[in-house]
Amino acid sequence: MGYAKHRGKIRFESDLEPDFSKEISSIPEGEQLFSCIQCGTCSGMCPLSQYMDYTPRQIIAMIRGGFKNDVLSSYTTWLCASCYSCAVECPKEIKLTDIMYAAKRLAIREGVYPKRFPIPILAHEFFKNVDDSGRNSEGRLILRLLLRTNPLRLFNQAGLGWRLLKTGRFSLKKESIVHKGELKNILKVLEKEHMVKSKEELAPGREAGS
Amino acid sequence: MSYLYFPGCSLKSSGRAYEESMLSVFSTLGLKINEIEDWNCCGATAYMSISELKAFALSARIFALAERQMQASDRADIVVPCAACYLGLNKTRHYLAEHPKLRRKIYKALNAANLKYTGRMQVRHPLDVLNNDVGIEKISSLLVNPLEGVQIACYYGCQLLRPYSDFDDQHEPSTMDRLLKALGAEIVDWPLKSRCCGGSLTGTVQDVGLRLSYILLKEAKKRGCDVIATACPLCQFNLECYQSRMNRYYKDKINVPVAYFTQLMGIAFGLSPQQLGIQRLFIPLKSGAGHVCL
Amino acid sequence: MSTVGTGSNDKCKIGVYVCHCGINISSKVDVSKTVRFAAKLPHVTVSREYKFMCADPGQDLIQQDIRDGRINRAVVASCSPLMHEPTFRNTMAEAGGNPFLFQMANIREHVSWVTLDNTAATEKAMSLISAAVERVVFHQPLMPNRVPVHPDVLVVGGGIAGIHAALTLADAGQKVYLVEREPSIGGHMAKFDKTFPTLDCSACILTPKMSAVRAHSNITLWSYSEVIGVDGFVGNFKVRVRRKPRYIIEERCVGCLDCIEACIYKSGKVPDEFNEGLVKRKPVYIPFPQATPLVAVIDAKTCIGIRTGKCKMTCIDACERDAIDLNQSEEINEIEVGAIILATGFKTFNAKRIYRYGYGKYSNIYTSLELERMVNAAGPTGGEITLKNGQKPKAVGIVHCVGSRDNKTNKYCSKVCCMYSLKLAHLIKERTGAEVYNFYIDMRTPGKGYEEFYDRLLEENVHFIRGRVAEITDWVMTPEEEGKLVIRAEDTLVGVVRRVPVDMVVLSVGLEPQPDAEDVGRLFNISCTREGWFLERHPKLAPVSTFTDGIFLAGACQGPKDIPDSVAQAGAAAAEALALIDRGYVVLEPNTAYVQDELCSGCKTCIDLCPYGAISFDDEKDTAKVNGALCKGCGTCVASCPSGSLQQYLFTDDQIFSEIKGVILYA
Ligand SMILES: Cc1cc2nc3c(=O)[nH]c(=O)nc-3n(C[C@H](O)[C@H](O)[C@H](O)COP(=O)(O)OP(=O)(O)OC[C@H]3O[C@@H](n4cnc5c(N)ncnc54)[C@H](O)[C@@H]3O)c2cc1C
Ligand code: SF4
Ligand code: SF4
Ligand code: SF4
Ligand code: SF4
Ligand code: SF4
Ligand code: SF4
Repeated sequence: MGYAKHRGKIRFESDLEPDFSKEISSIPEGEQLFSCIQCGTCSGMCPLSQYMDYTPRQIIAMIRGGFKNDVLSSYTTWLCASCYSCAVECPKEIKLTDIMYAAKRLAIREGVYPKRFPIPILAHEFFKNVDDSGRNSEGRLILRLLLRTNPLRLFNQAGLGWRLLKTGRFSLKKESIVHKGELKNILKVLEKEHMVKSKEELAPGREAGS
Repeated sequence: MSYLYFPGCSLKSSGRAYEESMLSVFSTLGLKINEIEDWNCCGATAYMSISELKAFALSARIFALAERQMQASDRADIVVPCAACYLGLNKTRHYLAEHPKLRRKIYKALNAANLKYTGRMQVRHPLDVLNNDVGIEKISSLLVNPLEGVQIACYYGCQLLRPYSDFDDQHEPSTMDRLLKALGAEIVDWPLKSRCCGGSLTGTVQDVGLRLSYILLKEAKKRGCDVIATACPLCQFNLECYQSRMNRYYKDKINVPVAYFTQLMGIAFGLSPQQLGIQRLFIPLKSGAGHVCL
Repeated sequence: MSTVGTGSNDKCKIGVYVCHCGINISSKVDVSKTVRFAAKLPHVTVSREYKFMCADPGQDLIQQDIRDGRINRAVVASCSPLMHEPTFRNTMAEAGGNPFLFQMANIREHVSWVTLDNTAATEKAMSLISAAVERVVFHQPLMPNRVPVHPDVLVVGGGIAGIHAALTLADAGQKVYLVEREPSIGGHMAKFDKTFPTLDCSACILTPKMSAVRAHSNITLWSYSEVIGVDGFVGNFKVRVRRKPRYIIEERCVGCLDCIEACIYKSGKVPDEFNEGLVKRKPVYIPFPQATPLVAVIDAKTCIGIRTGKCKMTCIDACERDAIDLNQSEEINEIEVGAIILATGFKTFNAKRIYRYGYGKYSNIYTSLELERMVNAAGPTGGEITLKNGQKPKAVGIVHCVGSRDNKTNKYCSKVCCMYSLKLAHLIKERTGAEVYNFYIDMRTPGKGYEEFYDRLLEENVHFIRGRVAEITDWVMTPEEEGKLVIRAEDTLVGVVRRVPVDMVVLSVGLEPQPDAEDVGRLFNISCTREGWFLERHPKLAPVSTFTDGIFLAGACQGPKDIPDSVAQAGAAAAEALALIDRGYVVLEPNTAYVQDELCSGCKTCIDLCPYGAISFDDEKDTAKVNGALCKGCGTCVASCPSGSLQQYLFTDDQIFSEIKGVILYA
């Protein structure tokens, strides 16, 4: 990391977005995050905090403090595997997993997630895959992910692919539901909500696109 | 008793053996189970990171299809073997029940496809059904091939127990232990039953994902287990398919078979390996303490 | 201040006084409007407002109006009568009025504090004023009842708080009954080795007080006893105490221990409660060497002699003083007291409820109370801190806030555990030289000499990791963790997760109300907070009183407290009781029942219903008759009388109906 990436250990008020905590806390039961006592139980429970740039507890503190950029561009939210260990043990019943999701969605919307990091790319691919055909085609997803992030790893994975193929556990067939139109209709109703309305909702009092 | 079945994407590909063995075990027990017609992805983890609203809609369509498939008077529970799907569907149920604003939006969207959601379907995991609907007594009555002497470490993973499930204890789960014990196996006491295996991280950020799975394998082996029993396709995949890679990474020589608990049940019921998808395992089930599994 | 007068000259002349309560009321209620409104109500001759009616100038307004003959009844619209009804009744009396020709309308707690909308608040205030005016018309001039106070006091619970209260009262010359349910007094303090922050030896400061209780001629100590019934009221309580059979004749036993030695059980059989189950005791036992009274007790559940009758009963032969009586039965004593002090203390949180901390699952995980016994020189290990394998621990973790500050267990901070954790850290370090790690969320050390004690620990090189422990497990990730208990927590000051391998873990369990606190509260007719602590009358201004006059609180039964605070509160409770006794009488509400002879049909329904036997039958007049000195104003008979003949002062039908009418008329 070092000083090149992070802007050092000082934040001026002008660096911060005081409304950020409001945006995040607008999810159901999100206001709970304001009762965080910074005890660190979440980080201690989290099996992934070891790899995170900020511990889950720090993410909460940063959300409260309005450190929008730091949170949205962090690896932490993307490394969260949604195991819910933090959420079930938090003494203040803060649904940290949901907060991580909210931060991920905001990062994608605002396009500030860590670039070239495979997790958001996988999420994108998965999303497109499902939006398109109603189902996820495991084999194709992995292939596309590797192509988009690190094609060299394809070779690395070849052995695994071969064994899966041999045991009948892998195919490149495109999976799909029959009534794609039906699903499209459902999602279309929410399309506007998802792109515009929910953005408004997440950011009360702010212009869309700011 | 009859059930509806939501397989989810994995049980049709990498987790096929789970589907095969579960259906075989269910039919051995005389349980009727019908796949939900034209089911779609449940909108789990990765999808949720992009749009929560649409993820709820995906799950809601599944419920609506299930309701349409059943008579209005019938109440059939949906059996969901994949832990991620189980959580995704359950989460949707909870959120739709608790947040009227969200509920209205989802209703509107379903309406566009002439679908309806009333919330009468329960989401059940096979472990739940086997323990609570069928019961240990019935299960042990079908035992023909006791798993005697086999040391099994039951691995529940995270999303099966947290945060919505109510059929087992979050901290000290025991439903799988009880089933396999009733079939003669010896259960290894280990504290990582519900620690995360890394989920899809093994595929995305491999060094991180592998490490999480490796911690589990190492501890299970240390406690002397012959086989790890799983209840989720992703857990099974991570612990089994990446095992050789972990050995390379961490210079270890772990060689522990990882089977679905339904496969082990099937063995105890005397079902054929083919019926249970045993041939799909990378690491063959071998005899434990003199017992011939295969 | 503004005054609106009407010139009515009726016999009933009511003054209405609306209080602003600073801005507490006036920020929501349009006070001037209510005053104008009140002025137009029937019989109202004066209607005024003032900033603080309870202040002297406010009271003067009422008194001046009485003296000048403008009013003979008053309504004050202000706060809760709980607070100031006595004040204003007094105001009336001092100016020569009758204190009961007065009614209060609560427009603060019932209106301004709980209403958002100003218009709605003003409306509601006006309807309550209207109700009070309608009611006061029907008030009768009454005289308060004066009843003498019984000078004896009951103290329930013989922990440090109960002991201190009992001694204070006894030294002042009062006769005290001290009822303790365990075989010995001493409470939790008797279990400690040292006390923070001075590290005084607990026994050295407690034992003299325990002996003083035993020796004091003014104190009747009933240990192994429980209160089972409380009747009466302030100054005149009747209490029933059950003395559980201890199967030992207390007056004969000298605590020689011969019976214990002789019991057919060669070694302990049941978990020893006093030692937190770390060791076992026999059916016959004395809880600890300084037990007071120093009298053996036999536990009927485990004694074969009592259970089956088929025991050699070697204990009986061993007792040279013939003190053992396996046929003893319980005894019920009835006493009369004027005041009661509750000092029933607390219990500690059950650590098994937090599964991730492994208590009861892994060995070498102890609760703080167990460790207190272990470090105690008179405890089961003679003060040695050892692991199950007999070795000394090289590293010990102390986990703060176990069962405190957690929505799933107890939300509150238990207040004493940071300090006792520091104490234990010091003792462990001193006795074993082990590395000691304190895992805390916040270090709470307010108090005289407390922060200094923390400083001392910091200098002693105890480790402090700011983070709530996530989990304690036995699975290892590195070689140095092999065979250890691993504590996982975020070091929040650094922002990294740490795994600290230790040999022993101490769980600093929080303080909880006694499991039977609700029942005890009901018995004494006092309330509990939502958590179950006894509720004081006012958190700041009446911290040892309760809403039941004559019943006071001391120590940790009112909320988590350390020894200094418990003792201070016990002193305060004793002083309150003394003040009551010293005055010698209590003034009771004249809310007794009375029979309207002309309406009584002589059905005698009421006579058997009165729990105090206050109603008799006048054969000559053929009507029921209430004895005002015996009636407690419970109202049972009033509700039961089929002909509506029975009425109760301060709550007559007229008064209640007109009050309701006042509200309805307004709307
Ligand atoms: C591990 C630990 C260490 C501590 N260390 C210190 C320290 O070093 N310094 C310090 O200042 N404080 C310390 N404290 C706090 C201290 O224990 C309390 O402040 C103190 O015990 C409170 O005294 P008490 O008399 O109110 O309650 P208790 O000590 O709990 O005594 C209550 C008594 O009432 C009896 N009783 C309960 N119910 C009934 C009933 N219904 N009828 C009759 N009798 C009843 C009980 O048997 C008991 O004897 C510590 C607490 C703990 C848990
Ligand atoms: S566990 Fe809960 S209260 Fe503690 S730091 Fe994490 S979010 Fe905050
Ligand atoms: S849900 Fe995410 S943040 Fe919480 S413990 Fe699991 S991985 Fe960590
Ligand atoms: S009962 Fe008798 S033998 Fe036992 S301690 Fe008392 S005096 Fe001694
Ligand atoms: S009667 Fe028997 S068991 Fe009971 S105390 Fe005496 S010797 Fe022990
Ligand atoms: S006193 Fe300290 S250890 Fe006890 S609950 Fe409060 S903060 Fe936690
Ligand atoms: S109010 Fe009636 S029943 Fe109650 S004490 Fe008085 S006379 Fe007895």
